[in-house]
Amino acid sequence: MHSQFRTTAQLLELCEKENLSIAEATIRSEVETSSLSREEIEQRMITYYQRMKEAVQRGLEITERSRSGLSGGDSRRVLAHSEGERVSALGATFEKSIAYALAVLETNAAFGRIVATPTAGSAGIAPACLLTWQETRHASDEETARGLFTAAGIGKIIGHGACFSGAQGGCQAEVGSACSMAAAAICELDGGSATEAVNAAALALQNTLGLICDPIGGYVEAPCMMRNGLFGLHAFGAATISLSGVKSIIPFDEVVMALREVGNKMPRMYKETSEGGLANTPTGLLFKNHKGAVK
Amino acid sequence: MSIFEIIGPVMVGPSSSHTAGACRIGYMGRKLLDEVPHTARLLLHGSFWATGDGHGTQEALAAGLLGFAPDDQRLINALALAKQEGITITFQEIDLGPQAHPNSVKMQLEGLTRSITLIAASIGGGNVLLQEINGLPVAISGTLETLILWHQDTPGFLARITAVLACMQINVASIRTSRVDRGETAITAIEIDTPCPEEVTALFKKITFITRLLVLSPLPGF
Repeated sequence: MHSQFRTTAQLLELCEKENLSIAEATIRSEVETSSLSREEIEQRMITYYQRMKEAVQRGLEITERSRSGLSGGDSRRVLAHSEGERVSALGATFEKSIAYALAVLETNAAFGRIVATPTAGSAGIAPACLLTWQETRHASDEETARGLFTAAGIGKIIGHGACFSGAQGGCQAEVGSACSMAAAAICELDGGSATEAVNAAALALQNTLGLICDPIGGYVEAPCMMRNGLFGLHAFGAATISLSGVKSIIPFDEVVMALREVGNKMPRMYKETSEGGLANTPTGLLFKNHKGAVK
Repeated sequence: MSIFEIIGPVMVGPSSSHTAGACRIGYMGRKLLDEVPHTARLLLHGSFWATGDGHGTQEALAAGLLGFAPDDQRLINALALAKQEGITITFQEIDLGPQAHPNSVKMQLEGLTRSITLIAASIGGGNVLLQEINGLPVAISGTLETLILWHQDTPGFLARITAVLACMQINVASIRTSRVDRGETAITAIEIDTPCPEEVTALFKKITFITRLLVLSPLPGF
């Protein structure tokens, strides 16, 4: 058991000592503790990545509103906009990335198949980031799926130090974790060092602290869907800042401590109970009391 | 923690705890009953009852009872499919007390030859915890191969069991025995790191104190 880590301090020591990427260190730690072989683990991750892409594809085909009436057809709208004449100053790639994240959450709301990364409510961020990266860099599924190992390495550390559940830690634990994991993945896929990838994860995570879980009507749709779309971009931003050589003032392991502290102190009404925040606004309450009343 | 608990499970939406976790709990129930249930009374606690509706929690529990994995796209039709298979499933609200996890369910399952009552919780990200079997406390996550032994509470029992496992070079991840009263029926749950060879179950079957033996493979997606 040489490759186990619970903090990024341990992870980076391991990477430095053996000259490993975070993805490789994560694979080694999994091989040590899993009943699966290295090849099986790698193949499984590629399959998971392909399932993510299927979830994006399915979501982009959805035209009808969901059972709750809160979502449906939105990823298509954003994708169509990326192909239209009023494309954002940041370019069509930026818009597509939003569409991909929305698509996964639409698939999820339609009882379709997704990959919880780390949860279903935050399942759009990793696919959006990785698929955008793959298309832009013209990479194979195998290369791109390496990013999921980087993401998993960061996720393991968050899981040990804090948690992933909105009911326990608020949305920062779900969407915050997802975009921290995706930031590290994009950073490492783009040639960043292990240190730079951890730094990207720290930058992404610290800027989600305090994010509450206030699903309207109790559904994993709003604001979850848009939050996935927007925080996918946040992950790209964090990776870019880190690759530029800018360092987070607070090291990653301490950001995780802050995540835990804020999660523990967050009032229950902001932890997936739908008793506070957007869920408790006059419009939000209409969905709680008359499900699907507002279109 | 396996990386596939973080990336994964592959699951039918919309909620890892209310859908995928619920499906895994139903699946565990089916495996523990070890036969087709004809009647399933599912008592839902807390958020499982309150917000389960929009998350397909009831469909997911039924899918698990049918033996479907959380990524099985038939999940959404599971209530109708269960009816077709002759399984009567009823849902009711229950209060399992302030200590219970908000996403908990008590399952009373009846098959042709066996009945079983379980309490389980969906603890986040699709992970689950079986907490009670027929009133006896357990802590079974289903992430590892788990040997579940129903046996008479008797001195030296664990020594016999662990001796067999030691001889077969099987590493034990966790072991827990619980009972109601001294000398009565006890349950021992043993999580092991590798699949359980048939030689082990054959030897266990020779231990007369054991009244029932079940090997629970890792749940789908683990």
